[in-house]
Amino acid sequence: MRSFSLIDLASLVAALRWTVVLVVLALAFGAPLALGLAMGRISRFASLRWAMAAIIQIIQSVPLLGLLFFFYFGMPVFLGIQVPAIIAVTVAYTLYTAAFLGEIWRGGLEAVKQAQWEAGSCLGLSLWQQFRHIIAPQALRLSLPPTVGFLVQLIKGTSLASILGFVELARAGQVVSAATFQPLLTYALVAAIYFALCLPLTLWSRSLEARLDGSR
Amino acid sequence: MNFLPLWRYQNQLIDGAIVTLELTVVAALFGILIGVAGAVALNGRIAPLRWLVRGYIELFRNTPSLIQIFIVFFVLPTFGLKLPAFEAACVALSLYFGAYSVEIIRSGLDSIPRSQVEAGQCLGLSGWQVFRHIVLPPALRNAYPAVTSQFVLLLLGTSLASQVAADELFHVAGFIESRTYRSFEVYAVICAVYFAMAMAFKALFALVGAAAFRWPRRR
Repeated sequence: MRSFSLIDLASLVAALRWTVVLVVLALAFGAPLALGLAMGRISRFASLRWAMAAIIQIIQSVPLLGLLFFFYFGMPVFLGIQVPAIIAVTVAYTLYTAAFLGEIWRGGLEAVKQAQWEAGSCLGLSLWQQFRHIIAPQALRLSLPPTVGFLVQLIKGTSLASILGFVELARAGQVVSAATFQPLLTYALVAAIYFALCLPLTLWSRSLEARLDGSR
Repeated sequence: MNFLPLWRYQNQLIDGAIVTLELTVVAALFGILIGVAGAVALNGRIAPLRWLVRGYIELFRNTPSLIQIFIVFFVLPTFGLKLPAFEAACVALSLYFGAYSVEIIRSGLDSIPRSQVEAGQCLGLSGWQVFRHIVLPPALRNAYPAVTSQFVLLLLGTSLASQVAADELFHVAGFIESRTYRSFEVYAVICAVYFAMAMAFKALFALVGAAAFRWPRRR
């Protein structure tokens, strides 16, 4: 046993980079997929709408922890080869992000009035042009506050990667706590670091929401 | 892929699912109690109490549930309060769910225009009658979708209690895995069980909502 020192604090801060890497990976792959899901959800083709709704519903009805274990142990079964854990974890976080962001963005797209699409088509814009220049900018504004809110969920969600052995913030906390026998100090610090990451985003999301409300 | 070895563990799975449901229901009940009390305090006149509730909400909404469970389970014993895993998870999840409930319930109450309350007072209704007949029904309807979806998230979130070895479904999965070495199959089945429970609750909430909030919406 040793006492809690600066080294321990440094190891917590260093572990933050894995938290950040996981969030960036989840957003990098999850956001494009979310856009696809959202567009599929408002498609003219009923079968596509149903398929996308089913995918979102399934992912949202399974615990994130379940998704992580499913792909961690499942990827070798699906692919027949061993894959690095980071790939399996990225797949799980990507799907999680895609399902939640997809549903948020669908809400934003649907909140823009149908007449806006019609107006665009009256001006001779193609369907893509209507989406790109008329619908998407308005939908983006509407869905920004919940999107930032989801970012907070995602940051908190990366703590679950600790269970698969990733030495991100939560795992580093467990290691330091076990080494120093100072669970109070360690977990308080870990919680404070998460809090420092998430609170600004929460406040930003709230101010965006207030600003949107005022413009109505 | 071979699911057959899991067949003999169905009793453990059922027991785990029951503990998961218990955990969810207990945390939801206490969480909603916290939510109501917090919403009353937020709308109240005592400023320090309002700050306290605000601080509680921000603290619990901006830190991971997993860390909260760890703190209740590993840190409270250093203060002489040693809770068993299930109780520790209940406490942590109740506080987590409560932080979200306060905001949901408060925004449900706030969604009722002030003029409706005044209209009720003009009709000579007492304070309680105004609350019971004018504020509460539409506030419940407005809060219902958010509360129910938060409930489903809570159900899924109870899986974190496995990390302090509460005997819920996800912990049972670890046990079966250690006996059968069928990791993928075990977690595929566990995901399916959570999915079934989540869908069952969503269907139940949709039915209850449709039955309870039938009066038309005025636009």
